Amino acid sequence: MASLTDFTIAQLRAALAKKETSAVEVADAHLKKLDEHRALNAFITETPEKARAMAAASDARRAKGEAGLLEGIPLAIKDLFCTEGVQTTAASHILEGFVPQYESTVTTNLWKSGAVMVGKTNLDEFAMGSSNMTSHFGGVENPWKRKGDNRKLVPGGSSGGSAAAVAAYMVPGSTGTDTGGSIRQPASFCGIVGLKPTYGRCSRWGVVAFASSLDQPGPFARTVEDSALLLQAMAGHDPKDSTSAPLAVPDFAAAARNPDINGLKVGIPKEYRVDGTSPEIEALWTRGMEMLKAAGAVPVEVSLPHTKYALPAYYIVAPAECSSNLARYDGVRFGLRVPGKDLAEMYQNTRGAGFGKEVRRRIMIGTYVLSAGYYDAYYKKAQQIRSLIARDFNQAFEKCDVLLTPTAPTAAFAAGEKMDDPVTMYLNDMFTIPASMAGLPGISVPAGLDKDGLPLGLQLIGRAFDEETMLRAAAALEKAAAFTMRPAGY
Amino acid sequence: MSLDKDMVARIARLARLKVPAEELGTLAGELSGIFAWIEQLNEVDTRDVEPLSSVSDVTLPLRPDKVTDGGMAARVLANAPGGAVYIDPSDKNAGGFFTVPKVVE
Repeated sequence: MASLTDFTIAQLRAALAKKETSAVEVADAHLKKLDEHRALNAFITETPEKARAMAAASDARRAKGEAGLLEGIPLAIKDLFCTEGVQTTAASHILEGFVPQYESTVTTNLWKSGAVMVGKTNLDEFAMGSSNMTSHFGGVENPWKRKGDNRKLVPGGSSGGSAAAVAAYMVPGSTGTDTGGSIRQPASFCGIVGLKPTYGRCSRWGVVAFASSLDQPGPFARTVEDSALLLQAMAGHDPKDSTSAPLAVPDFAAAARNPDINGLKVGIPKEYRVDGTSPEIEALWTRGMEMLKAAGAVPVEVSLPHTKYALPAYYIVAPAECSSNLARYDGVRFGLRVPGKDLAEMYQNTRGAGFGKEVRRRIMIGTYVLSAGYYDAYYKKAQQIRSLIARDFNQAFEKCDVLLTPTAPTAAFAAGEKMDDPVTMYLNDMFTIPASMAGLPGISVPAGLDKDGLPLGLQLIGRAFDEETMLRAAAALEKAAAFTMRPAGY
Repeated sequence: MSLDKDMVARIARLARLKVPAEELGTLAGELSGIFAWIEQLNEVDTRDVEPLSSVSDVTLPLRPDKVTDGGMAARVLANAPGGAVYIDPSDKNAGGFFTVPKVVE
């Protein structure tokens, strides 16, 4: 039998169902990988004891014939999801040592379906970043390296630890959150599948908030089917999140097992051909379209005229919401407190010491654009642009069923590259942010390697609450691309 | 839009962030760069365009105005950074307080 850590979630489910292995055995095999690859810094907190206890409980449930959808499947959880009794930091000094007294809805759903937690993964501080370099706990190393070059590469961000853990076979699946690309871009950099559901599909309750009108939890896995299985367990209406959609959860896994895309209209947005995209990514995009065409899809050129404005509009909307959300970190009720001579100074000292550079920068952008006299010029303007972006997508979806684009403009870069100025780093999310602004689902599927041997992903964007069509197209792309490469040494 | 050091200091104060004086210049440069890049939004004619504040079509749901939980003061106060003060230390769920520096003389 192959190593248990090479199994996909679907394969583990089958092996567990046939009693060829046990949840405890599966957990131990993966915990061993956490030990072996600790140098990647993918985890902020490992929870081996909890994992073994949850696995033993899972085996007991199975023995009673009560197996859930993810019974016995070990998962890593982005350290942005509150987990009862387990430190939750958002990779920030200001939350270091914070132990939630409650469990997020998404993780509650996962544990109810039988999944087992092995630990909490590293991320950019408060999910603000595209490289995982802004974590208070240090950057994460991408398991992939350029051929003949030993420099450490970033896993992307913000859900970098969750992506690296799956790419390094430490877990078969993990959770992330995506505000402007934080699931899809790291999935592309790490050669795995990352799915951002429609805004409202997964509850945000118990997820540390960054930009509430954009934040959306979603899964990472190594196959499209596995990502669908995870989404199925994570999703569902939650009265505790007022933006959670009151819709039944479709059979996502069934959609992912059906790569029939005969006659499916695949839109190619012409505005996504932009300067600064690597020629290899352009070529891969064309190849991706040819693959889908060979599988029966019909390519359709569409126009999303406001694409280039999505990124600057995002850098008003997201910081505005971040500055409001992060006002709660004041040293009074939880988290860090740095004393001061009076209350105002305590606030300033606590927040000055507790937040890192990028978070402080975004709080300041948000504070400025929301301040008296600037609101209309910035925040209202950005929200109007957001309307136009959403309208662009609605019009495009009159002509097609799903959109195909690159996920990121480049492959993974080295730690320290792209750090010269904030805007250069922001450009990483140029292909993922438009769908975020419109609340649409997107999935990154690994589609090939570049000349340096690094993975590249392609993104499919679906209609709101039509993840099923998107998953069918993703399954077809996955089948045609047949991406089976793995990082050397993992 | 170019921001000077005074403006950055004002924003930092509004945001309750302590920013060391020697960082104000760098921040002013970075923020000015970001806002200069954001300026391109002015190319877009947004007259008569409704602002989009949320993509969810759902009207905010209402629920009956009833108490649905409570009696967990100990858990509410569990992470208090300055330590908590309880009304009745033998029954922490009876209620308690977060502690802050004195604000009223």
